[in-house]
Amino acid sequence: MIDNSKTGMSLIVKTITRLTVGLILLFGIYIVLHGHLSPGGGFAGGVIIALSFVHLMLAFGKEVVTSKISKNLASNLESIGALMFLSIAAIGFFGGSFFLNILKKGEPFELFSAGTIPLSNLAISLKVGIGLLAIFLALVILEGAKKER
Amino acid sequence: MSLYLLCLTLFCIGLYGVLRKRNIVKIIIGLAIIEYSINLFFVLLGYRFHGRAPIDAQDQNILNMVDPLPQALVLTSIVIGLGVTALLISIAIRLYEKYGTFDITKIRRLKG
Amino acid sequence: MELHILLLFMIFAAIIAIEVKDLLSSVVAMGTVGFALCVAFLILKAPDLAITQLVVEILCLIILIRATINKDLPLVIEGRWIFNTVSTLVFIAAFLFFGYQALKELPAFGEPLMHVVKKYLEEGTTSTGAVNLVTAVILDFRAYDTLGEATVLFASVIGIMAVLRSPGRKKIEEKEK
Repeated sequence: MIDNSKTGMSLIVKTITRLTVGLILLFGIYIVLHGHLSPGGGFAGGVIIALSFVHLMLAFGKEVVTSKISKNLASNLESIGALMFLSIAAIGFFGGSFFLNILKKGEPFELFSAGTIPLSNLAISLKVGIGLLAIFLALVILEGAKKER
Repeated sequence: MSLYLLCLTLFCIGLYGVLRKRNIVKIIIGLAIIEYSINLFFVLLGYRFHGRAPIDAQDQNILNMVDPLPQALVLTSIVIGLGVTALLISIAIRLYEKYGTFDITKIRRLKG
Repeated sequence: MELHILLLFMIFAAIIAIEVKDLLSSVVAMGTVGFALCVAFLILKAPDLAITQLVVEILCLIILIRATINKDLPLVIEGRWIFNTVSTLVFIAAFLFFGYQALKELPAFGEPLMHVVKKYLEEGTTSTGAVNLVTAVILDFRAYDTLGEATVLFASVIGIMAVLRSPGRKKIEEKEK
């Protein structure tokens, strides 16, 4: 992690961010993976993953995140999420119709169960989370470009 | 019934903000309040007295669940609401750059 | 009873959000309405919605505060203030009256009609394998709804990218000339 003392907020905020941002990301991944067993799912988990990046950007300045995920990469990842969801829907054609859940159901209350639903959750979380992160990146980059002029 | 009426009152406050205020940000806030009241109304319609959350539990058979269908519809509606709000905000930022104000009557006056 | 108190609180916060002069205070009051809505979802037995509303509200607040900070302006009140306000209030009163008439036809609070959902509740876990029935509905029984939602969000992101793009090199060169 880049520790540039000029940009970003004070030392206290940076230290707390360094401790908490990994936990927030991990919690988002947990919410996504357990979407079919407990409250949560792709929408909430994706927004939590996006919020962890936003948290990093607010504390350390925008260069830390834009050096890892540029705006174009975010747009591409979002399109990949949308295509993933469509292809999961198209898998159902092997069984007869669109959006048919043809994979093995498995035992209820297990992590690997419910057929295509966990895969759909992953695709939705990629789509929603990275999409909202792209919106935020567009807003932030605009502000930076205005100051340079 | 009284809960439905209170929800409708919340809708009307948002409507007043949209119709009467001249600041763009106030109009966006009014739209957001309308969206909240509609979401709450849908979930109120699906509630059942002494109901349980629509999640199965291990080792017991739960019969009196609340209605999961309005909850599923509202779940998509919340995320769409965020996208719409972000789009409105970005248009408002562009208008502020061009005209230097959030006042809609002044924006109308300065054409071109 | 607690729902009534929570809704009255939301109405009070909404009035503050609409009427207060400072834009930043107005945005914070709107956040209050959203977080009260999150608690209301918890009371109404909708934990999925409570989580989603909480995180979405935080992101919405960050975007709104970023848009309105340092951009305050005093609003002047001009003529026809009384006419505009009275006509708006008359329209809203008519809306409330007809809304009240329509609400009479709905089923009473706490006793929903559950024609469609009965099948989902009975067969949900066995036919999809998902324990969380809300997820089973949005990703299996009614997945077309989610596909439409993804399309709308995609269109929204494209719109924001188009509106907020930085001006191209050609335009900047023209300006410098």
